[in-house]
Amino acid sequence: MSTRTLISPAQLARPRGKALYWVVFGLVVALFTVVFLGPMYWMVSSGFKDTQEVVQTPPTLVPESFQPDNYSQAWNVMDLASLLGNTLFYAFGALAFQLVFDVAAAYSLSKLRPVFGKAILGLMLATLMIPATVLVVPQYLTVLDVPIFERNLLNTPWAIWLPSVTNAFNIFLLKRFFDSIPRELLDAASMDGASPMRTLRSIVLPISRPILGVVSIFAIVGVWKDFLWPMLTLPDPSKQTLNVGIYSLSNGVPVNVLIAALTMASLPTLVIFLIFQRNIMSGLTAGGLKG
Amino acid sequence: MSAPSLTPSKAASARHAQPPVDGPPQRGGAFGRSLKRNLTAHGFLIGAVLCFAFFSWYPMVREFFLAFQKTDQGEVSWVGLENLETVFNDPAFWQAWRNTALFTVLALVLGFAVPFVVAIVINELRHGKGYLRLLVYLPVMLPPVASVLLFKYLYDPGYGMLNEVFGFFGLPEQQWLQDPDLSMLSVVIASTWMNMGGAALIYLAALQGIPGELYEAAELDGAGLLRKIWHVTIPQTRLILSLMLLMQIIATMQVFVEPFLLTGGAGPEGSTTTVVYLIYQYAFNFNNYGAAAALGLLLLVLLAGFSAAYVKLSRAEDE
Repeated sequence: MSTRTLISPAQLARPRGKALYWVVFGLVVALFTVVFLGPMYWMVSSGFKDTQEVVQTPPTLVPESFQPDNYSQAWNVMDLASLLGNTLFYAFGALAFQLVFDVAAAYSLSKLRPVFGKAILGLMLATLMIPATVLVVPQYLTVLDVPIFERNLLNTPWAIWLPSVTNAFNIFLLKRFFDSIPRELLDAASMDGASPMRTLRSIVLPISRPILGVVSIFAIVGVWKDFLWPMLTLPDPSKQTLNVGIYSLSNGVPVNVLIAALTMASLPTLVIFLIFQRNIMSGLTAGGLKG
Repeated sequence: MSAPSLTPSKAASARHAQPPVDGPPQRGGAFGRSLKRNLTAHGFLIGAVLCFAFFSWYPMVREFFLAFQKTDQGEVSWVGLENLETVFNDPAFWQAWRNTALFTVLALVLGFAVPFVVAIVINELRHGKGYLRLLVYLPVMLPPVASVLLFKYLYDPGYGMLNEVFGFFGLPEQQWLQDPDLSMLSVVIASTWMNMGGAALIYLAALQGIPGELYEAAELDGAGLLRKIWHVTIPQTRLILSLMLLMQIIATMQVFVEPFLLTGGAGPEGSTTTVVYLIYQYAFNFNNYGAAAALGLLLLVLLAGFSAAYVKLSRAEDE
């Protein structure tokens, strides 16, 4: 920590500054923990309480009754297994489509430079300027009856996968990264007779691992967190995602069971986050603003 | 292009002059090679372009047409401005705009200022930065249904934690989501908690880029803490701040999920009906796609200015 910030090191070094610093530090840590972890702690612990204790006033900090049953009950009654399976299926499918199509597009725009490439990129980026919610209605109508193919994608995974590819922000992020790969490297490969596909596979992709990681995490989290779109396009309860499924069942189950379900629905993304923390944070600050 | 580039590095330095990837010498002449190169390049693009065409570009055009059409049992007819008229005459119209504006203003006061303050505080601390950063970002990773229902329970007037905390400090209990005067604020508080992590981390990165000498210079001029923030921190992060401001406005004007899940959308006395909720209602409750599209178009026109400013600013930052 050598960088200078608002408060001068000299001020902090004085006894009064030191004392004040530790007081503020303690307060901040306590406040942040209560504000950000508190609700989550309440969620996990309430999942263990029995029906009476969960709605009791004042609420108990440590569950007096211990009902791990709620979790298995939530798992069975709300059929969390299939909701979870669906969500994973949509999320990893969307990831595959985004990785294949968006990476190929970004590579083409960055390194192969086709005619009209700039115009196509411009049109893609233009979609970022249209408020997403405005497009929900016409997008929904498109999914109902895809022009030319005349197919109804309602209740099919395609309704999630294909629109997820239209992520101009991803393409932009990838293209910027590819732009930074020295041209000489690719030219050398092509002099050796490597096809563009081969160049992409054995040179560009290995170098781009960090950005691919960031894009992948965002792709999965994006599907995991989406609510309105899956609610509209997957009305069949057996096809729903965790978000939508839990929401539509939320009125029919006891509070403690529902809270247990919420805890379980939150776990996967929290675990992904804790594992890939570093990548997510750096990805956020590296490209979080551009778009 | 004239001749196969034998010296790739030279070709690369002459920007845009030479096509970048050039296979080994082959037959077919310059035109053939250029055609082949373009076909390959477009082959790589085609998947994404088709997805954009079907799920972005076509819907964009369609949104515009829909706004001036009426669909009646599969029959599409042009109705001119009738949809706009329907929307304007809806008593919920002005209320929805007022609510959305209120949400945006509240979200700017809370959702814009709070993450900035949080970032400054974290940046000043010498210890536990990693832990605090992690805490702030955790809620962002929760599925919205989990965080929203969580808040629904915290707000509950009967057994809710929030009233408990209020009681502890001797404050009167509130009806949070059931009180038309408080419902929107309650939605904003939940929304801020859920979403502020990303903004806070971006600010934090920006703060770390401020040269320390500037603070030293300010101290020599006798500036106190607030003056340092005002004269150094804010000007130094101005570009990011204005970008985030625009992004916040664009995002909050489109708020839907939080009020939909917390108050069922409309809320007590329609106090949380937002413009996007109204669009949702037209389209999916009343099957009036025309009216939904007309209202969407109004929102689009309003936000286009903010979007354009955003793109212009982020270009400026890029260079």
